[in-house]
Amino acid sequence: MEQFTQVILLFISTVLINNFILVRFLGICPFLGVSKHVETAFSMGLATTFVMTLTAAATWLINTFILEALNLPFLQYVSFIIVIASLVQFVEMFIKKTSPVLYKALGIFLPLITTNCAILGLALLIPLNGYSFIASVVFGFGAGVGFTLAIVLMAGLREGLEFGDVPGTLRGVPITLIIAGIMAMAFMGFSGLISM
Amino acid sequence: MDSVYIYSILSMGGISALLAAGLGFASKKFVIDQDPRIDKVEDVLPGANCGACGYAGCASFAEAVVEGDAPVNGCPVGGDKVASNIGDILGKDAGSSTKIVAELLCGGGKKEARRRGEYKGIETCQAADAINGGEKICSFSCLGFGDCEAVCPFDAIVMGENGLPEIDPEKCTACGKCVEACPHNILLLAPNSAKTHIRCSSHDSGKLVRKICEVGCIGCGICARVCPVDAIEMQDNLAVIDYDKCVNCGLCAEKCPTGTIKFQAERIQQVEINDKCVGCTLCAKACPVDAISGEVKERHVIDQDKCIQCGLCFEACNVDAVDLFYEKDL
Repeated sequence: MEQFTQVILLFISTVLINNFILVRFLGICPFLGVSKHVETAFSMGLATTFVMTLTAAATWLINTFILEALNLPFLQYVSFIIVIASLVQFVEMFIKKTSPVLYKALGIFLPLITTNCAILGLALLIPLNGYSFIASVVFGFGAGVGFTLAIVLMAGLREGLEFGDVPGTLRGVPITLIIAGIMAMAFMGFSGLISM
Repeated sequence: MDSVYIYSILSMGGISALLAAGLGFASKKFVIDQDPRIDKVEDVLPGANCGACGYAGCASFAEAVVEGDAPVNGCPVGGDKVASNIGDILGKDAGSSTKIVAELLCGGGKKEARRRGEYKGIETCQAADAINGGEKICSFSCLGFGDCEAVCPFDAIVMGENGLPEIDPEKCTACGKCVEACPHNILLLAPNSAKTHIRCSSHDSGKLVRKICEVGCIGCGICARVCPVDAIEMQDNLAVIDYDKCVNCGLCAEKCPTGTIKFQAERIQQVEINDKCVGCTLCAKACPVDAISGEVKERHVIDQDKCIQCGLCFEACNVDAVDLFYEKDL
């Protein structure tokens, strides 16, 4: 039971308190690039969540049973990148097959999940924090949910912004960055939610 | 120590092999039956992925063409050649792409237009216009600092010696950036096939225009009266041409007293109908001034007094019975 509570707390902490985008500032590129429409943003979030969860599981296995067992921690970066790239390739093929429309909407940002720092960051944080397998998977899933939450919120705001009277100089990227900053400050408010 | 190398190579090799096998399996499993024509179309495209067609790259353009979303002649870089190749693959008529280019509607360069003084300041049209409308007295004139040249992404605009932009129709892709950039709004997009341009945008009265510019439109309306197809309309002291109606006969340019109208082709001097004529009456129907007469199935004749040498009959004739004579032929 103790463990179960820990897992739930870890999940909430990853989603809200240590949100990958708004607190750790990882994965800003798709956060700004694919947040024009709520629908595509949500799909991007789902794809990223999927990749993140699988990455967390795969990198934990590789790290524990191969790299740590053989005392090769310096291979973390290389092996994690390979795993992430393959997973993204797999997701790309899967989405292309199942939903060509979504594939088109995500465009270049789908293969760019490979170079999304949020995913490599996740993979590197797992051995750093010394999570168990279950905790790693929950951490990965939570990170994905946090990413989805942030990007969907952002997309919602930007959709509303289309009708807003934004001063000329701030139109486009500047106002988006300002909003991202305000959202990050708002998420700071979660920092006292739970203490682990 | 050596074991580190061996373990590294073995573990990385093992992981890679495993993932490669997984991906290989997945690519078989998730194979997509793509329209084979998409690959073929992509092969004939230039492959520069420049995005001038409005799609993300050549691959997405190829897909759009095959699906019918994009026109066969949608690739501006490849031009007619690529369009006809794509047409062959898809079994569609390529159609002749009507090329559109930017045109400057001002002829008043340093020599022709009078200036009120010398402008010394930030050397952009935008800044000069904001001060007091620029050096030239005419407020519809080219400011001459080349904002259009600066904004053109294709290097199609170069400022000439006379202080007017010169547009290279070969390089121009009609992106419209210069049209937006010009503070006096004297650039517009016109079909490249149009050879007759009224190079003035001034709505000032004829009296004033005469004083401040040698080549300005004085609003006399002669061009509108001589135009056989009513393509020129007088709008507030300015002759405005309708490129859709214009038949490029060049008559207006010949009659324009100030030389505002420029005809950039050779003027036809004489038109005659030869004995290949089968009397189909197509030319007579095409003639805007009713200069052609003749019975059905009999050879038609041109009334040279009425004929304005527009060449429309030449284009209408299906049996090469109309001969055009240029200056060099006579």
